[in-house]
Amino acid sequence: MPSKKLNLRKRYELLTRGMGWETTHQKMDDVFPYDTFEGIKITDWDKWEDPFRLTMDAYWKFQAEKERKLYAVIDSFAQNNGQTNLADASYLSAIKLFITGVTPIEYAAHRGFAHLGRHFRGDGARIACQMQAIDELRHQQTQVHTISHYNKHFDGLHDPFHQFDRVWYLSVPKAFSEDALSAGPFEFITSISFAFEYVLTNLLFVPFMSGAAYNGDMATVTFGFSAQSDESRHMTLGLEIIKFMLEQHEDNLPIVQRWMDKHFWRAYRLLALVATMQDYMLTNSPMSWKEAWDVYFVENGGALFEDLSRYGLRMPKYHELATAEADHISHQVWSVFCSLGNATGFHTFLPTEEKMAWLSEKYPDTFDKYYRPRFEYWAKQQAEGTFEFQKGLPQLCQVCQVPMVFTEVQTDPMQISYRVTEHGGDKYHFCSDGCKDIFEYEPEKYVQAWLPVHQIYQGNCGGATIPEVLEWYKFSPDDTGDYIGSRDHARWQEWKGTDAMVKQA
Amino acid sequence: MSIEISAKSIQPIRLSYGNLEERFGNKKPASRYQEAVYDVQPTANFQFRPIWDKNHEIYDKKRTAIVMEDWYSFADPRQYYYGTYNITRSKQQDVAEHNFSFVDKRDLFDSVPDAVKQQVRDILVPLRHVEWAANMNNCQITDECYGSNFSSLAMFNAMDRLGMAQYVTRIGLLIDKNEETSIDAAKIAWMEAPEWQELRHAIEDMFVLDDWFELMVAQNFVLDGLIFPLIYNRFEKKLTKEGGATVAMLTEFMDDWYAETVRWSNALAKVTVKESDANKTLVSEWVAKWTSRLTAAVEPIALKAFGAEGINELAEVKQELLTRLGKQGVTV
Repeated sequence: MPSKKLNLRKRYELLTRGMGWETTHQKMDDVFPYDTFEGIKITDWDKWEDPFRLTMDAYWKFQAEKERKLYAVIDSFAQNNGQTNLADASYLSAIKLFITGVTPIEYAAHRGFAHLGRHFRGDGARIACQMQAIDELRHQQTQVHTISHYNKHFDGLHDPFHQFDRVWYLSVPKAFSEDALSAGPFEFITSISFAFEYVLTNLLFVPFMSGAAYNGDMATVTFGFSAQSDESRHMTLGLEIIKFMLEQHEDNLPIVQRWMDKHFWRAYRLLALVATMQDYMLTNSPMSWKEAWDVYFVENGGALFEDLSRYGLRMPKYHELATAEADHISHQVWSVFCSLGNATGFHTFLPTEEKMAWLSEKYPDTFDKYYRPRFEYWAKQQAEGTFEFQKGLPQLCQVCQVPMVFTEVQTDPMQISYRVTEHGGDKYHFCSDGCKDIFEYEPEKYVQAWLPVHQIYQGNCGGATIPEVLEWYKFSPDDTGDYIGSRDHARWQEWKGTDAMVKQA
Repeated sequence: MSIEISAKSIQPIRLSYGNLEERFGNKKPASRYQEAVYDVQPTANFQFRPIWDKNHEIYDKKRTAIVMEDWYSFADPRQYYYGTYNITRSKQQDVAEHNFSFVDKRDLFDSVPDAVKQQVRDILVPLRHVEWAANMNNCQITDECYGSNFSSLAMFNAMDRLGMAQYVTRIGLLIDKNEETSIDAAKIAWMEAPEWQELRHAIEDMFVLDDWFELMVAQNFVLDGLIFPLIYNRFEKKLTKEGGATVAMLTEFMDDWYAETVRWSNALAKVTVKESDANKTLVSEWVAKWTSRLTAAVEPIALKAFGAEGINELAEVKQELLTRLGKQGVTV
């Protein structure tokens, strides 16, 4: 007798459901202690629709195939000194920011999804989270391997994980990921899977990976292509979890909306680093931050929220401000880095004439008016030998931890945006209403923040002087400062003869 | 004849990441395993305490009573990172897939005696729940452990267990021509049949253990150290003698997997107990506690699988486990 035909859906269901059971010797609430305290009501976990249907045998097979291809390219890149084909060695500032700021977040996501993969009560949701947990581990590990060859030939890449825990600007991604990890499981997945992966991931991924392609970085672009199918699984999970929570119970809507507002703003503030990378660090930029924002958030994000409006979900709070800021943030943040270039783990450099012409074209309303004069002034100082890095340390926002450089773009773009609130007799400072709202909803959480500048002043970062702090960061003099005249620059000239940055200087 | 291909040689300025130079010296490049798993997990300056566990940092050494000077002093003898892990499992699943389709295509279960098939339904198919629990437990370890070396190892183990739960499920389907009868019966047995209840009770108690290293001992050292040799090895051999060689084809993955897994669990036991007398005492106590409890819990299953001989089979398996752990320095 032949076997009964089993359709794929049924087969998948049998391979992923019904293996768990209602425990009788221990209470289910003790076995799954974390999935109720946030107030999200799940009436029927069986209504969970798996966003992707992968059994482990298929997972191993597909992923192994991807790994074989990726490592073949990485090996060939190293063997053929692929680093010499970059558009310019100054491009690597972007990769330095990536491995110190993004790769550690991949690891954090691995651990966070493992937490959910154990603690969600629904079998299907657990499996989906476990698959993402191992994917995120993949991204961390393959990024370290992809960038390993650059580390052998350039400075600023040698101690990413030590630096992630300490460096002043890396507390931005650290605080972002630890905010999600320290939250409950539903908030974590709303933050990472929806706000970050679904709504904003293209803004991270496209600039980095197209940026790599535009600048001759074969290694990173290969990683990017390889990770793309993982990312699309992750995005599907993001959408599924939001719909699931909203369909399960109407009481979930206000909670999800508040998380959406919060984590949109948290993730958006983190992306200020990406905006800067995209507009300033890339030698050749495929698109400006503003163009990317318009396409990936205003158009695509707008359509997404229109689709979600049938559940009652509205656009995240302060999205209009984020759109207005798109004309400004990259210039503002790069200015901070350039003025503190002695304390960054990547090289800073003033925009070339060519780059400034591009910025003028991409930012017709703001670049020439507000930012070009600043860069030209610094260039003149550099030419005269009077340029000095800033001596003091910037004040940081208590929530996003970005230095207070954002301005009142809707009223007076030259006026720094300051917000302040009091809690327990102390004053706390913020860069925006978005960050202030987040603090005021959970002050007991954000008063704990490990703010690098405060910590330096309290003597917790290796010493009282900048050189002592930099040593504690494991920044060598070769890692920091202006690209022109750096060891990276010297080696690049040795390989290439001359280069665009020198012609400019 | 070898041909010299002329290539431009560029001297590197360093051979490894800084943390690996500190650990292993700067004379040669670090391996991909080392690059992938060492020192990735944050260790300092945590921003917030978990709202769901305010007594601990996000990553906290105090989530176990085991104390290690360096949580990276254990190295996986298989040197698995994501790429090598998946490539290895992919090859194993190719073999498994071939075996499953061979059995299916040739209707090999038709020639397996009914008595053997019934033993598969009674003993093997309920193990999908045991593997599912092992998946949860290793996911728990991934969540709570300290260090990226551990979390990577535990993550791979968790996914392996999901994979094996799925292979067992497929055996249950194949034996009944894709009818769900055996799977449904196994679930009922798991929940109600007397011979499974002690084991289910013990597993449910493992779900709520506070100490992730104790869970590591209970699940990956002891329970696996009983179930895999007893069922996927000895019981399979018994079935083969009784005309069920077909079944052994379908559980080859599990048998191979266990032979591989013992390598790291031995290494882990050894490094942990060597660290201090306090660790040695703790691990030894946990091994004693869980060996005693789980042997008793598995006994009715051994009896059902082997008849009266089951007592001896289990005693031998238990002795092998204790001897092996004893060789690693655990007091047994």
